Amino acid sequence: MRLPRLSALRALLAAALLAAPVALPAQEAEEVPALPAPEELVLGLSQNRVAITANFDGSEILIFGAVKRDTAPLAEPADVIITVAGPTEPIAVQRKERRAGIWVNADQVTIRQAPSFYAVATSAPLEDILSATEDLRHRISIPRAIRSITSGDEVTDEDAFVEALVRIRQRAGLYQMREETVGFDRQTLFRTSVPLPSSLPTGVYSVNVYLVRDGSVASTHETAIRVGKVGLEQWLYALSREQGVLYALLAIFIAIFAGWGASEIFRLLRNQ
Amino acid sequence: MQIYLPIAEVSVNMFLLLGLGGMVGVLSGMFGVGGGFLITPLLFFIGIPPTVAVATSANQIIASSVSGLFAHLKRRNVDLRMGMLLQGGGVVGAGLGMVLFNWLKQLGHVDLLVNLCYVVFLGAIGSLMFVESLSALRRARGGGGGPVKKRKQRGLVHTLPMKMRFRTSGLYISVIPPFLVGAAVGVLSAVMGVGGGFIMVPAMIYLLHMPTKVVIGTSLFQIILVAGVTTFLHAVTNHSVDIALALFLLIGGVVGAQIGTRIGAKMKAEQLRILLALLVLSVCFKLGLDLVLPPAEVYTLTEVQ
Repeated sequence: MRLPRLSALRALLAAALLAAPVALPAQEAEEVPALPAPEELVLGLSQNRVAITANFDGSEILIFGAVKRDTAPLAEPADVIITVAGPTEPIAVQRKERRAGIWVNADQVTIRQAPSFYAVATSAPLEDILSATEDLRHRISIPRAIRSITSGDEVTDEDAFVEALVRIRQRAGLYQMREETVGFDRQTLFRTSVPLPSSLPTGVYSVNVYLVRDGSVASTHETAIRVGKVGLEQWLYALSREQGVLYALLAIFIAIFAGWGASEIFRLLRNQ
Repeated sequence: MQIYLPIAEVSVNMFLLLGLGGMVGVLSGMFGVGGGFLITPLLFFIGIPPTVAVATSANQIIASSVSGLFAHLKRRNVDLRMGMLLQGGGVVGAGLGMVLFNWLKQLGHVDLLVNLCYVVFLGAIGSLMFVESLSALRRARGGGGGPVKKRKQRGLVHTLPMKMRFRTSGLYISVIPPFLVGAAVGVLSAVMGVGGGFIMVPAMIYLLHMPTKVVIGTSLFQIILVAGVTTFLHAVTNHSVDIALALFLLIGGVVGAQIGTRIGAKMKAEQLRILLALLVLSVCFKLGLDLVLPPAEVYTLTEVQ
């Protein structure tokens, strides 16, 4: 049941927001006025677990939250970036070349760490709100999230391979650049939704929220979502990994039985 | 209706899978080929990962071959003795082929070699069959439906020792040629990663001079073992057989095989051979084009273990 948890979180958020301005004068009296007051991010998800069932055909995850402040919002407006990253895995990118009139696989680049799923949602164009150095440090944009690129000496244009990886995965909905899709209300409440394709890799995903101001990250918050198969899907997957021989025999038995069954059914139909 | 496949980890349309399975099943029942050379690329096309497509098509081939085999058994179109002899040769050949494949892999460019092998073999076999069956068909028509001139029954095949009677095929020949044919197809299957029905069928017709109708049933019989072993090995070593995918494909496949057998029974042997030749030639043409035409995407992604 997701609903009660969701409404509880909303209530909590509302309470936090209401409490913030009220608490302000009292705190000022006691504490030494700090430099820029810390802005804390509070985050909620429509689901913290994506269950892949037999009729799973993609999904959507709703990410929402608020900036909790002890002071009034700063004059300089802030923006929000939300990233959703699937488990990283090594991948090889191969390029075909024409040799003697035939297209063959020629150069190869291996990428040790590429997220299997990666979505970036922002409240404004990424280039305008995040500096290149901060992007490099926090690995936010899609090319920055792809790491450890190795290739042989004969490859001089590794960037083209990384671009190809991004292009192929963007086409499959596995990499998403979702600029200006985060709603950011009164510098406080933010929300966005990220579509999840049906070919969603399983594993533990991390959701990161960055509050950015002046091109640099002011505050971050991280949480996890578990994407996993359930029911029959999980049972079959586990069986294929853990009981390979049994699974193989089951597959062969089903095939033989179906073949024999069809032939018997057709024979009966014919004899009538 | 979309269905999520647990091993392939993608979601595909159920009716698309039933249709694909059915189509390949019809061909299997008609011609005695497993259809792996057709279904594997089609599965790639709908987004199934290559390793899963290869392993699962082997699983579906078992089902459509068993279905077709039963139908052919009732018509007494299966030469079990010949089938077992071919299988014996096939096992030896597959072993040799594995060694050859690993040796080629060390030299590099094995995938190119496999593709070229495919194009050359499919092209050669397809054109030879097409020309032969076309002239056979003409001869039959020209002779006003009279009996076709009997093949010359004496040759190298008949001078070899260890003769055996193959009653269903109506042959009395040495066991050496069938064993060698089985072994040669075994080598090719291991190198090219296919069941080899489309090589086995012409080999039985033209090298062993078996009757076309018996060839189809016997080919199905020998494919079952090959596909069974392939499925088992893939499931145990690569965990790449998707039972859910196989189930939808094989429901279509077993029904298709029954229909294919009935279509085949109504056709003349020469017509069947012409159609098979055309099918083989069109697959060859498609593979050839893929090698020569610039691909839509020159980059490909491969998982690293």
